[in-house]
Amino acid sequence: MNDLKSGSNLEKVLKAGHFAFTGECGPPKGANVEHLKEKAAHLKGVVDSVNLTDNQTAVVRMSSWAAATILVQQGIEPNYQLVCRDRNRLAIQSDILGVYAMGVRNMLCLSGDHQSFGNHPEAKNVYDIDSMQLIALAKKMRDEGKFMNEEEIDEPPQLFIGAASNPFADPFEFRVHRLGMKIEAGADFIQTQCIYNMDKWREFMKMAVDMGLHEKAYILAGVTPMKSIGMAQYMAKSVPGMDVPESLIKRLRGAGKGKVAEEGIKFALEQIEEFKEMEGVAGIHLMAIEWEHKVPEIAERAGVLPRPKVD
Amino acid sequence: MIVADRKPINELLEMIKDCNKILILGCKGCVTVCNVGGSKEVGILASILKIARNKEGKPLEVVEETLERQCDPEYIQQVKDIVNDYDAVISMACGVGPQFLSESYPNQRFFPAVNTTFFGGAVQHGIWAERCAGCGTCIIHRFDGMCPIARCSKSLLNGPCGGSAAGKCEISKEVDCVWDLIVTKKMDQGRMEEITSLKPVKDWRTARDGGPRKSVREELIE
Repeated sequence: MNDLKSGSNLEKVLKAGHFAFTGECGPPKGANVEHLKEKAAHLKGVVDSVNLTDNQTAVVRMSSWAAATILVQQGIEPNYQLVCRDRNRLAIQSDILGVYAMGVRNMLCLSGDHQSFGNHPEAKNVYDIDSMQLIALAKKMRDEGKFMNEEEIDEPPQLFIGAASNPFADPFEFRVHRLGMKIEAGADFIQTQCIYNMDKWREFMKMAVDMGLHEKAYILAGVTPMKSIGMAQYMAKSVPGMDVPESLIKRLRGAGKGKVAEEGIKFALEQIEEFKEMEGVAGIHLMAIEWEHKVPEIAERAGVLPRPKVD
Repeated sequence: MIVADRKPINELLEMIKDCNKILILGCKGCVTVCNVGGSKEVGILASILKIARNKEGKPLEVVEETLERQCDPEYIQQVKDIVNDYDAVISMACGVGPQFLSESYPNQRFFPAVNTTFFGGAVQHGIWAERCAGCGTCIIHRFDGMCPIARCSKSLLNGPCGGSAAGKCEISKEVDCVWDLIVTKKMDQGRMEEITSLKPVKDWRTARDGGPRKSVREELIE
């Protein structure tokens, strides 16, 4: 117990050697707390921790900070996402202290999609620091008990530090080294971009394992079931860094009318089965976008229930 | 050089709508090199404004002048005898020009004819691209002479981000991912270890974030 970094449920599950299963919940486009609670309720007891996205795709939503604390009140463990796009080093450090004070124990460090994708493309971006520096900052605050400026922190925030990895962005050969840099900077766990191109993913994981990265951080494979052909096409064309093979779109098309969503789930389940056996994969990060109510069924069919309880 | 684009004519017409007689002042510096504010462009703008005002039935008298530079008081002084003879003055220099003019001639109004965009160069005839953000502490020796502050859309010091695809930035297929260029060059030359260590956070005090900047060269002050 004493050597836990944060004591979060996710950390305990991973440290005990269980295959982790995390979920995701996009905060509402408004202050609709009930809507958030309803979406999150589907994930309670079904996942080890729930990511709260931070103005994802640069669209304004309820702050991930506030949404994460609402989940804490609901008895659901949040994973607070924080992007560097919207805040400078002052705001970042104070937000880290703030979420910790409110009971948040996991945090995912991200650069953030450029604001030109979102609904306020006229905005000034911040990027005072980048995601790599954010990871190092969260670690410094936790392990050294110091702010970026070396001043002492009165009660350091003990967070389990996460980072993202996108094996499908370019240059491909560098991606595993970038993952290594994030782990070196202080990432305890990694949640990857949604995986669809399995060949590329296998190649990436082999490189990660050869470098021993899976022994230095927990790597959770990103899975997002396709709900429709339109979603698959949108992901393929419009989402930065996404690699959706034509063969998957063809497979979804072949499922026939009214059966595409089920085919999408089947593909996700096949992926999960393979990830369970794959060397270096410590768990799944299931991003069921606006499909939270389907997560219990997917978890059940994936055979990841009941979730382990680790004291 | 400092690169600029000319403002839309309607915006300029709106600025001078109550004027009958204006002076257009070009600059032989950067804006001449990027074909936006030299004597040739002064002549073109004068003609366009006059034609537009004639159409409105409100003829405009325009006098054209082009200074050596508008970022130097010595040249700004060259118009001291005529500058107050007009209802307003349009400067075709970068953003520095109208301000230096305004500081020297408090009784006159000065309008910018261009949108000053960036520090860059011509990548091909007719196309200019940004290369420097003027952050005040150059670090491009670490990146083989390429600047992630100016050329990465997120100014990442530890790139490339997850949006880099086929050498292009996530914001547009028209924008090169500078991190792709940096990484590819380092890997091709077997120097990848130069970028796999964490680059520390930047001290932005020397950039605009530290407030308006001044460069003082003691040896030149008389």
